[in-house]
Amino acid sequence: MQSSSSYSRRDFLKSSALVGGGLFLGFDLFASGKFNAGVASAALEGSFDFNAYLSINSDGTATIFSPNPEVGQGIKTSFPMTVAEELDFDWTKVKVVQAPLDTVKFERQVAGGSYSTPHSWLRLRQAGATARRMLIETAAKRWGVDAGTCTTDKGLVLHPSGKQATYGELAADAALLTPPKDVPLKDRKDFKIIGTFVKGVDNQDILTGKPIFGMDFYREGMLFAMIQHPPAFGLKLKSVDGSAAKAMPGIVDVVSFKNNVAVVGKSTWEVMKAREALHVEYEKEAELESSADHDRIFKELMTSGEAQVKRKDGDTAAAFATANKIVEAEYQCPFLSHAPMEPMNFFADVRPDKVELIGPVQTPQSARDQVAKLLDIPAEKISLEMMRIGGGFGRRLRPDYAVETAELSSIIKAPVKVMWTREDDMTGGIYRPAARYRFRAALDKAGNITAYELRGVGINAGNPVRENNFPAGAIPNVLIESVDHKSPITTGPWRAPITNFLAGAEQSFLDEVAEAAGKDPVTMRLDLFRQAKAPLNAEGKPTYDTERFIKTIELAAEKSGWFKKRKKGVSLGFSVYYSHLSYVAQVAEVVKRRGKFTLQKVYCAVDCGIVVNLSGALNQVIGSVVDGLGHAMYGQLTFKDGETQQKNFNTYRLIRMNEIPEVEVHFVDNGIDPTGLGEPALPPLSGAVANAFYKAMGKRLRDQPFVREGDNTMENVL
Amino acid sequence: MATYTLNINGRSYNADVAPDTPLLWVLRDHLGLVGAKYGCGIAACGACTIHLDGEATRSCVLPVSAVGNMRVTTIEGLSEKGDHPLQRAWDEVDVPQCGYCQSGQIMSAAALLQRNPKPNDREIEQALSGNLCRCGTYHRIRDAVKLAAQKS
Repeated sequence: MQSSSSYSRRDFLKSSALVGGGLFLGFDLFASGKFNAGVASAALEGSFDFNAYLSINSDGTATIFSPNPEVGQGIKTSFPMTVAEELDFDWTKVKVVQAPLDTVKFERQVAGGSYSTPHSWLRLRQAGATARRMLIETAAKRWGVDAGTCTTDKGLVLHPSGKQATYGELAADAALLTPPKDVPLKDRKDFKIIGTFVKGVDNQDILTGKPIFGMDFYREGMLFAMIQHPPAFGLKLKSVDGSAAKAMPGIVDVVSFKNNVAVVGKSTWEVMKAREALHVEYEKEAELESSADHDRIFKELMTSGEAQVKRKDGDTAAAFATANKIVEAEYQCPFLSHAPMEPMNFFADVRPDKVELIGPVQTPQSARDQVAKLLDIPAEKISLEMMRIGGGFGRRLRPDYAVETAELSSIIKAPVKVMWTREDDMTGGIYRPAARYRFRAALDKAGNITAYELRGVGINAGNPVRENNFPAGAIPNVLIESVDHKSPITTGPWRAPITNFLAGAEQSFLDEVAEAAGKDPVTMRLDLFRQAKAPLNAEGKPTYDTERFIKTIELAAEKSGWFKKRKKGVSLGFSVYYSHLSYVAQVAEVVKRRGKFTLQKVYCAVDCGIVVNLSGALNQVIGSVVDGLGHAMYGQLTFKDGETQQKNFNTYRLIRMNEIPEVEVHFVDNGIDPTGLGEPALPPLSGAVANAFYKAMGKRLRDQPFVREGDNTMENVL
Repeated sequence: MATYTLNINGRSYNADVAPDTPLLWVLRDHLGLVGAKYGCGIAACGACTIHLDGEATRSCVLPVSAVGNMRVTTIEGLSEKGDHPLQRAWDEVDVPQCGYCQSGQIMSAAALLQRNPKPNDREIEQALSGNLCRCGTYHRIRDAVKLAAQKS
C-alpha cells in the first residue's frame, strides 16, 4: 500500500509552454516508492516525467486530461473535479479529455482495486493548486501588487482594488514561471466543487448514442473478426477445417493460432454466420471438471491435512477443548461471470514500424507490455487509446482479448476489430472463483468468543482468505487456513476479489455466533471492536481502524433504527466490512406481508473519507448493493465436463429492476482523505441480506445463490 | 445479398446485406448508427432496443428483411438535439455508470411514455424489467422516467 503522505516531500511539478499558447502543467510523483532515489533522480533529469496534466486555454476554458480508464466508476468526472477545485475554476468551462496510455507522463493508469482516488487525490489537488498559484503570481506582477493580496474565483484572479483578469488572459505568461513547490491546498470548508453532485462528463454522448465505447469503434478499411476458443476448460485445439466458413459471403480469412480459430470478414453478421460453419476438433489436455467434481474436491480439501496456515494466534485447539459452546458452519459460493454489458472487444493495427491498439481495458499498460512481448517489439512503438468501458467488474484487468487481437492483426497484416459474443464472454473464463468456507467459534460461559477458526478452500482462488482482516485482532485465539485447488478453469479478480463472498459469509457466521452467545449482533460487534487491536501489516500499520469501524456501525444502527422497537413483521439483518480502505455497515430490512417475505430496504453507512463527487459516490454504493444482491440471490456458473452450463442471459440470471430494494445511503463525515469506493459496499451486502432473511424466515442462507432450482428456501420471497 | 431501403429516424437509408442480417448489425456496421448496443444477441438484455413503428423492439433478433416500410427509431433519432424529456431527465438524475445499456433503457422508457404518459412505479418496472443494467442503475432509471413523465 502506498502512503500519500510522502507526496509533498519528493514530488514536484513542472510546466512548459504549450504549443499555441496556454499553460500546460503536469505533475509527477515518484513518491510511490516505485523507484529508489538514484533511479528516480536519473529519470527526472532533463525529462518531462509528468503523471497527469491540465491546460488552461486562452479562450477561458481549461482542458483537464483524465488518465485512468473510465469503467463506470466515474473517474473521468471526479478526477477533473479535484483538479478544478484547487484551480478554483468554473466547472462548466472545463473540458475533460481521456488521455491515452502514457507511461512517461502518467502513473498507475489502472481502473482497479478501488484505488484510483486514494492514489491520486493529493496529486490532482497539487496540480490544480500549483497552476492557480502561478496564475496569481502572474497577475500580481502585471498589476504591481503583492500576490498575497490577490484572490481567485471561478477562473478569475481578483484584487481588492477592483482589478481582475481571467485565467485565459494570464495563461501564456504564467506558463513561463517555474512552478512553486509545496503550494498549500484549500481548506476543506472552502471546497466548491468537491462534495457536490456533479453529472458525468460523458452523459450527453451516452444518452445520444455517440460512438464512445470500444464496441463502437470503426475505422475505414478495418476487418471484423471473432475468435473461437476451446468450448471447455481442459480442451485444446486439434484440427481446423475452415474451408466452408471461408467460402461464405464476406469472409476474408480463417486463421488459427494457439488454441484460437479466428474468422475474419467484412461485417459482424457475416463473421458470426461463417463461424457456425467452422469444423473444429478439440482434444483433452487436462481434467474436464464438472460442478459435481468441485463439490467432491471441496469436501476432500475441507478435511485434508494440506492446508496452508495463514494466521495463528494463541492456541485454538486448547480454547475449543474448554469451550462452553461451539458454533460451526460452512458457507459456499459458485463461479461467477463478470458479464459486463459490453462484451470483450479490441481493435489492433499491427504494422512493421508501429502498433495501434484501441479499446476498453482496465489495465492499458499491461495490455501494451504483453503485446510488446508477444510481438517482440519495443513498447514505445505501441500506442494505446482507451475507449469508455461498458463495465468491467475486474474482467478487463486481464487484457487477453487485446493481446489476441494484436496477434491476429500481426498474422493477417491488417487492421482488425475482434468482438466476443456474449457466449464467448460467458464461456471464456477468468471467473470469480468458487469457494467454500468452514467457520468455527468457541464461546465461554459468558458468551465471549475465545477462539475463531476459518478454513477457506478455493478453486483457483489463490488465497481464499483474508487472514489479517477482522476478526483477527479481536479474538485471542485465531487459526486461519487456506487450501487452493488448481483447476483448468480460469479465474481472476471479480469486483472486491475474494471478499465479495467471504465478507458476507463471515458476517452471517458472526450472526450465528451472536445468536449462540445470546447477544445482539450489533452490540457484539461493537464490543469486539472496542477491545480489538488490529494486526499490523508488513509496513507496521494496523490492518484496520477500530474507531472508523465503530463510527460506521453506530451510524448504520442509528439510521436503521436497529435498537428501536420494530413494527410487527419487520426483520433486520446486520453486516459490516472493511475493504479497499473503506468501511461499510449495512442493515437489510425484510418485511413479511401476507405470508410473503420482501427485502424492502437496505441502509448503508459508508466511511470512504471525503466524498469527491456525491453523485458518483451514491452511484457506486447503490450500484454495489444491487450488484451484491443480484449475484447473491441468482448468480451462478456451473460446469459439465469443463463447459459452462450457462452461456447467455437467458440462463445466467442478473437482477432486474423489479427486484431491487430501496437503498438509503449515509456517509460518515470525518474529513479523512478519500478511500476506495468502487467496491467496498459490495462485500458486506449478502451478509446483511442473509441475516435479515434468517430473522424473518428462520433459515440460514449459507450457499449462494440463495435462489436455486430444486431448493424451496426462497419460495416465499418476493 | 439484397438491397433494403429503410426508414430510420425519418431518413431513408439503403443497405446491401443478407436478408437474415439482424437490424442491429445493419445499423451498427453498415449505417454507422451505434447507439443501439449488442449485449446478448438473443433478445435477453435489451441493450439493442429500438422503436419499430413506435413499439420497443429488440433489434438483435429482428431480420432486416422483416422491417419493410415500418418506421425505425434509434436513440440517435429520439430527439433532434439530444433533448428528449427522457434524455434530459437521464442527465439531470445522472443515471449512467458505465452507460452501455442506457440507450436501450431510454428507448424502452420512451415507448412506455408514448402509450402511458404518467406511469406508476409498477408500470415502469414492468416496461423496463427486460432491460438489464449490470452496474445496477435501476433506482435512477426509475427516478428519471418519473421525472421525465412529470415534466412532459
